[in-house]
Formats: sequence, C-alpha cells, structure tokens
Amino acid sequence: MFKLIKQLTSFVAMVAVLFAFSTEAMAKKSKTLKNTQKKGFVRCGVSQGLPGFSNADAAGNWTGVDVDVCRAVAAAVLGDANKVKFTPLSAKERFTALTSGEIDILSRNTTWTLSRDADIGLTFVGVNFYDGQGFMVRKNSGYSSVNDFKDGISACTNLGTTTELNMRDFFNSKGISYEPVTFEKADEVVAAYDAGRCDTYTTDKSGLAAQRIKLSSPDDHVVLPETISKEPLGPVVRQGDSVWEDIVRWSLNVMIEAEEYGVNSANADSMKTSDNPAVKRLVGAEGELGAAFGLDNEWSLRIIKQVGNYGESYKRNIADTGILPDRGPNELWTKGGILYVPPAR
Amino acid sequence: MNFKLNKIIPQLATLLAVILVFGFLTYNAQVNMDNRGIEFGFGFLTQESSFDVQFSLIDYDGSHSYARAYLVGLLNTLLVAFIGIILSTILGVIVGIARLSPNYLIERTAAWYVEFFRNIPLLLQIFFWYFAALRALPLPQDTEPMFGVFFLTIKGLFVPRFVWENLDIFFYSIIAAIISIVLIRNYARKLQENEGKQLPVFYISIGLFIILPLLTFLVGGVSLNFSIPELEQMSNTSFKYKGGLGIPPELIALTLALGLYTATFIAECVRAGIQGISKGQKEAAASIGLTPNQILKLVIMPQALRIIIPPTTNQYLNLTKNSSLAAAIAYPDLVLIFAGTALMQTGRAIEIVSITMLTYLSISLSISVLMNWYNKKIAIKEK
Repeated sequence: MFKLIKQLTSFVAMVAVLFAFSTEAMAKKSKTLKNTQKKGFVRCGVSQGLPGFSNADAAGNWTGVDVDVCRAVAAAVLGDANKVKFTPLSAKERFTALTSGEIDILSRNTTWTLSRDADIGLTFVGVNFYDGQGFMVRKNSGYSSVNDFKDGISACTNLGTTTELNMRDFFNSKGISYEPVTFEKADEVVAAYDAGRCDTYTTDKSGLAAQRIKLSSPDDHVVLPETISKEPLGPVVRQGDSVWEDIVRWSLNVMIEAEEYGVNSANADSMKTSDNPAVKRLVGAEGELGAAFGLDNEWSLRIIKQVGNYGESYKRNIADTGILPDRGPNELWTKGGILYVPPAR
Repeated sequence: MNFKLNKIIPQLATLLAVILVFGFLTYNAQVNMDNRGIEFGFGFLTQESSFDVQFSLIDYDGSHSYARAYLVGLLNTLLVAFIGIILSTILGVIVGIARLSPNYLIERTAAWYVEFFRNIPLLLQIFFWYFAALRALPLPQDTEPMFGVFFLTIKGLFVPRFVWENLDIFFYSIIAAIISIVLIRNYARKLQENEGKQLPVFYISIGLFIILPLLTFLVGGVSLNFSIPELEQMSNTSFKYKGGLGIPPELIALTLALGLYTATFIAECVRAGIQGISKGQKEAAASIGLTPNQILKLVIMPQALRIIIPPTTNQYLNLTKNSSLAAAIAYPDLVLIFAGTALMQTGRAIEIVSITMLTYLSISLSISVLMNWYNKKIAIKEK
C-alpha cells in the first residue's frame, strides 16, 4: 500500500514536471520575440542605400518599402513603428549577419530562391516586391533591345547576387560572349558605368530605376524593356523560430490585405465599426488573431495606423519618388497585379 | 633530466591550452551551426560554380567547379602580387638611391614622393587610380594609338598578342642559354680564383641570351607574328577591340597603386641599408684601387643587402595581403571571386573564409621562406 502511494506520488511529480516543461516550452516558443521585447527594438538588416527600398536621408532616417516591413513588425510587437535599429549590409554580408544573430529580420531587396531558402539556414516569409533583372544602356548607344547585344559586351554589376548567375544564363542562351565587371558596392558600379567602363549595367529593374537617379545625367540612360529573370524580393528570417517567422510574414500580409479592403492609416480607427467582418478582424475589433503569436489584438491595427497599408507604402516610397510610378505586377490581384495574400482570419 | 622536464612542462601546458581553446571554439561553432540548420562540409567545391569571371589566367567559365574558381582567384592574386613586387622593387631601389643623391633636385623629388605616397591610405590610392585616372582615359573610339599598336582606353590597355610557331624550340633555347650562362659564370669564378684572370662575364651572358634564341628564328623554324588589336563597332556608341591582348583597367590600377605605395617603404629600406655601411668601407675600397662601380657591387651592396632584405620581406608580405583590396575596384582576385561571389552563392561562410585565410597564410609563408633563404645566402659566413 505504502509502495503504491509512493509510486503514485512519483508519477504525479513526473507529470507535474513534464507539464511545467511543456508550458515553459510554450512560453519560450519564440526566443526572437522575447529577445526583441526585452531589448525594446527590432534589429533589421537593410541595404547600404537603394532609393525606394531602404535609403537613409542626411539625418539618418530610413525610408523605403523594405524599411516599412521592419517598421510594421516593430509596430506589431513593440507598439511603436520607430523602434527599429537598422543595420546597413552589403549583399555579401547579409546572410551571415542574419544567421549569426546580428539581426533578426533581413529586409534588403533579397531574391527568394530555392537554394537560399533550403541551404543556408534561412527562411523567406513572403514577397514584398516582384522584380526582374533588366539592362540599362546609354540612350545614344543604339541598343533598343537585348537582342542588339553583340559579342564582347561589357556588363557592370554587383557582387554576390543572383544577378551574376542570371547574367550568365542569359548571355549563354543567346550565345554571346561578355565581360562581367563585378563590384562589391552599388556606388562603385554606378561610378564605373557612368565613366564608360561598361556598355551596360545590369541588376533588378527596380534597382536600375533607383540607381539611374544617381548618374551624372540620368536622362541619357534608358532601361531596356526585356526582363530576363524572376526576382521575387522579400523579407527573410533565421530558420528555426517559426513563431517569429509567422509574425514577420503576417505583418507583411496585413499591409497588403489592408489595401485590398480599403483600410489605410487615416481610416483604420473608424473601420472598427465596419460591417465587413474581414475588415473588423484586420483592425482587431473581432477575433483573437494576435493571440496565436503571443501578441495583443491590436497588433494589426497598429501596423496600419503607424506604417500604412501596402499601397500607401508603395506610393510614399516608390511612386512619389519617381522611381517606378507604374505598379506593374506589384498591383493587387483585384486590380490586375499579382499581389495575393492568404486571408488574415 | 629534471632541467629538461622543467623546460618541457610549460610548453606542453601552453600547447594543451591552445588545443583546448581551438577545440572549444570549433565545438561552439558546430553547436551553433547545428542549431541554425547550417551544414559544414567541403562538398560544394566540386559543384558547378555557374558564374563567370571577367579576367582569368586559365580556362574558366561558369560550367567549371568552385574549386577551379578558387584557382582562378588564387592565380589572379599571385599575378597582382608578382607584378606589384617587381614594380615596387625596381621603383623602390631607384628612389632609395635617389634619396642619397648629392643632386638637390633629385634628392628632394624622391623625398616628396616617399612622404606623399606612404602617408595616404592605400584604399584611397586604389580608388584614385581607378576612378580618377580611369575617367581621364578616352573611350575606345576616341583613342589615339601609341606607336600604332598600343591602345590605352577606359576599357583597358590593348596590346599586340604574340602568335608563335614552334614556341617549344624557342623555349628550349632559352633554357640552354641559361644553363650555359651558369656554367660560364662558374668557370669564370674558378679562373679568377686560380689564375687571377677576369672574363667579361656580363657581356658574354647577354650575348648568349640574345644569340641562342635568335638562332632558332634563323634555323629552328621559329616564327613570331603579332595579332594587333582592331577597333570593332558593336553599336552606335559602344566599341570593343578584336584580336590582341586586353589588360583590364582594374589590374592596371591595382598594380599601379600597390607598386607606388609599397615602393615608398622599400625606398626607405634601401636608404637605411646603404647609410648603414660605414664610410670607412668605401674609402678602404677606393684606397685599394677599386672603381666606383666595383665598390658598389663588391663592397657596399653585399653588406647593405643584409640590412635591406629582412624589412623588405615585410613589405612584400604587406603588398601581397593588401592586394585583397582588389574587390573594391572589381579586380577578380581570391577575395572577390572566392570569399565574395562563391561565398554568396553557396552560403558556406566558415569553410570559404578558412580556406581563404589558409591560402593567404601559405602565400605569405612561402614568400618568407624564399626571402629567408636568400637572406641566409648573403649573410656573413664565418669561416
């Protein structure tokens, strides 16, 4: 009898310990979220200066659509979109900075590819800009299409990007020999192309449009119509923290869905009384969507109020700055584009 | 016995500590990599690299492996180091001697050169030669040829390329010339030691070096043609050169910057070496009737070299390591190709960075060994 009681107590104790461990594990689910809330800021890796995507002004304020993703996450998890620490990274440094834990989100016009997603400890969470690689040439060069390119053409580009690989695929498929001139930093590519070192400058088309402004006489240069690759650009997180991954993914999705339902930074508060349950969920007036991440229910409302919806972000950063006024594929699926996100419910 | 043990124990302890620290670091890295789902391994080296390189000494394109891309980068680094060392040595010796010149103008010019170039950061100098100097160069279509066959343009220096026939025979003749020169030198030294007669070794050597290869043209069936670069239009405003040999502007800017920078330090080594020889040596040599040339060659230089070589070795090592700044101006060296593009495409940061570090270490150690051997050879031999 005594033996049975002893066995029973030890069993109960074991269950209690197991239970304690499992709740401990639940609370610990997102180490990154916990660390971020402890530090009080989101650590975000951005480019060293790409207008429209991530660019710092003279006062050190970062703007751009990539920057807005990090600001949205900060609004969701910390309540303030300005609580972001930006780390400018070169293309070469970016993945190491993320995998080594120096940053928690990499939002740096990074192309989503299989090998990057599967190979090196990274997880892509979505696409915030659909891009494609193109070529910029001098207007007076007589090149009006990539089909005019001839053997021996020299092409300036950036080191450590998918651009280098696409360029090879493209020129090989055309059977054209070419001279790749690859620089570590974008500013040097622009300077070398501007000086006449290269016949063409190739990178993502959004990048070409943004860098064109930096040339000595932008009007003398033109981006050729052809697109030679798919470049879905989006935020990346470290592999192994699926809650953090979800938070970043849905911060971006909420911005896109808000645009779809016509919710913007100005009308978000008044939308709480909307008749549409989907809209009410978006602004936190219905459902318990934040709880799944360990966040409160107004996380998405804060994103919309402080950062705005995707359309506002695009207009502010890319359209109004004259980089790419036409949204092209980056229009909502309801308006002829390919922006289509799973429903936030 | 006890004495020996006392000596060994601290060394063993140090060795153990070093092994433990390295072991801990490796273990730590392994655990962290496991946690983040990063694999470790060198299997990627055999994979197809699928990126092209602007300038390569061996046959390479994207269908080759990462290992070959590594080799391309290594050879390009060695090329820059080799040209840079030769350029900086020649320039450094000239400037070093010029700084001791009794001619005020020459002495001051050399001094200004040294002070100016060694006090500006090397990266800035590389940018200067690449961007400032490059911008000043004309586009291919506006270029006036130098001597009718050299074209210096913003896209590089285009020179005639040698087109050989029966190159191997020519090559053997040069080897034969070198062997016979060595034999004659040995014979001349013996002749002088035994009978006191002097042969004009220098002129005989030069004669042999010219005549033997020349003979192969006349009787060996060797012929040399030149492929001269020709301007070819690709579109309204873009041009390129066909034929000939193109030297990329990145290589020119890099070797120029490295050479001019390192030469200032070598010049100071040379000056220190020559000034380190006491005046009495020169006067004693003159008093036994040696000519000024002989004094420099037989008395001053052999002693000065002992002072010059060790610090110059350091400068050679610096130059080689500084060549890794190439990535800033798109010269495809080891850092740009392997620790840059290859690292990015594979994501194998730890593997690639350690290979690159070991490579630079090996290059530096090889240069050290070579220079130490030379230093020993010219050191004072106590008889």
